[in-house]
Amino acid sequence: MIEGAKWRRWVYFHIPLAGFLIWLLFPFYWMMITTVRPDGELYRPWNAPNYTPFWTNNPTFEHIRYLFAETLFATWLWNTMVIALAATAISLVCGVFAGYALSRLKFPFAGSLGTMIFVTYLVPQTLLFIPLADIIRNFRIGDSPWALILTYPTFLIPFCTWLMMGYFKAIPKELEECARIDGASRWQAMIYIILPVAVPGILSAGIFAFTLSWNEFIYALVFLSSPQEKTVPVGVVSELIRGDVFFWGPLMAGALLGSIPVAIAYSFFVEHYVSGLTGSVKG
Amino acid sequence: MARVLLRDLNKHYETFHAVKDVSLEIQDREFVVLVGPSGCGKTTTLRMIAGLEAITSGEILIGDTVVNELPPMDRDIAMVFQNYALYPHMSVRDNMAFGLKMRKFEREEIARRVKIAADILGIESLLHRKPRQLSGGQRQRVALGRAIVRNPQVFLFDEPLSNLDAKLRVQMRVELKKLHERLGTTAVYVTHDQVEAMTLGDRVVVMKDGWVQQVGDPLELYNAPANKFVAGFIGSPGMNFAAVSFQREGDTLLAVNHGLRITVPAPIAARLNGHAGRDATLGIRPEDLHLAGPDDDEGHCFEALVEVIERLGSEILLDVKVGPASMVASVPPTVRTRMRDTIRLALDPERLHFFDAETEVAL
Repeated sequence: MIEGAKWRRWVYFHIPLAGFLIWLLFPFYWMMITTVRPDGELYRPWNAPNYTPFWTNNPTFEHIRYLFAETLFATWLWNTMVIALAATAISLVCGVFAGYALSRLKFPFAGSLGTMIFVTYLVPQTLLFIPLADIIRNFRIGDSPWALILTYPTFLIPFCTWLMMGYFKAIPKELEECARIDGASRWQAMIYIILPVAVPGILSAGIFAFTLSWNEFIYALVFLSSPQEKTVPVGVVSELIRGDVFFWGPLMAGALLGSIPVAIAYSFFVEHYVSGLTGSVKG
Repeated sequence: MARVLLRDLNKHYETFHAVKDVSLEIQDREFVVLVGPSGCGKTTTLRMIAGLEAITSGEILIGDTVVNELPPMDRDIAMVFQNYALYPHMSVRDNMAFGLKMRKFEREEIARRVKIAADILGIESLLHRKPRQLSGGQRQRVALGRAIVRNPQVFLFDEPLSNLDAKLRVQMRVELKKLHERLGTTAVYVTHDQVEAMTLGDRVVVMKDGWVQQVGDPLELYNAPANKFVAGFIGSPGMNFAAVSFQREGDTLLAVNHGLRITVPAPIAARLNGHAGRDATLGIRPEDLHLAGPDDDEGHCFEALVEVIERLGSEILLDVKVGPASMVASVPPTVRTRMRDTIRLALDPERLHFFDAETEVAL
């Protein structure tokens, strides 16, 4: 906290903070206000006498109704949820075990294996989707949720593995040694001691993985084609932009509703999540 | 309860030979302390007994069983770690019960044993707390409790007191000693603190660079150190050393350097016969020096320049210069002297030690 006169606190703390908050939150505000603004106001020219871009006097839920009644938005939400949860679950299980093995077990090439996993994370998706498209065609899982559930882990597992590796390294190895002297096998020591202690790390990896798959765009765009199979980011963009016509109201309504699950996930676990990222294990 | 036997124990890491030919027999109910500077192999030895480190060569027996290939859980030992290693997500009760649960004890038996251990350690009121709500001393007690409930054949302690503050450390040291008296379980204790080693150990094993330097009861190490390292390591403040050479003058043997001209008493001289004319290191403990008085033989006195005076209350430590060598003398608190004074000190000839200048072995 800044010490001293009141004006100093305002100049150095409150005003910059307010500016920062406005900068951060304005897009969300814009999304919200566009969602509830009637079409008549949305497409009013900027030099019209009653042009009011930042608020509305006639809020409406018409765009949200349109989204659910006239598009497959509910289906997209469901698809996205299923795909994100499944991909996160697969990646977490693999990431936790791989991270544990790489940070705790001594085996040949453990170090270089860890680096290799990290390198795969660095291959951009915009390159990887081309060979992956071929694989997906060969396995005949194109245009189904499996196309995404099985490809998202290609970038989620390296990510989870690295995050968990760091977290496991921060847990004192004496905890595990003590458990093993106490009569636990390596497996039991991991289940009863290490995993419960690593819950903050697992939660942050899970939230990150969930968000990444929820927002993923390019694989979803390439691997899915039928409208009823699409995810929210792709569905909203492909069905609500027709040629050069942007249906701004439903578009923004879709974006707003699409970001709510992620916001809920973050706010629920925010404390764990922070301690997971800063890697604090309290003894 | 059981004895522990180490036979020609060796530990090689890729490029480092950490433990070298350690052989040791620890009797049933004995409290043995491994002591030495960091990197001397004491912790590695303990971890090999625990089964946390693989043994490169040699044998470990607990009771009559060779345990080389047994996993830690099957060795019937309990270990207390330096950082306590309490399970942070479990209450004190669950921490203590964990080992029993893993061994499939009956619920009533677990409760009974936890209660007894908590009674012994005075932590009944803490059983529902989580480790993070405990002070350092309380955590230490819980870690001990977790070892006690198992009623193992051997206790292993890995510097269990070094995370505590000085006062608490002294208090816990006494409690550990009492606990051992009461339970009588064989214990192996690792520390770098020679005071802990001397006060706790029935026998003390001094280690350095992976080698065992000397094994003996505390007074044996203090009175008859096997080499210069043990002599300097045991005792606080440490033994004074001065490089000397031997000269024969008639029937008497003299240890001489610039500033010292000490008559070696006959019994010691008899042992040193073969070394006349060779270099050696003279050792004398600070408490075996005193201000020279009329009763002191001239051959046991020397001049010293006072450099620093440390008043500890029960005694005064004088840091003095004797020729080129620095020495510390422990004198009664009634002695009045000032810095830069030249004083006359006398040594107790019975308490002289000599070490070979090259091999550092006691002569």
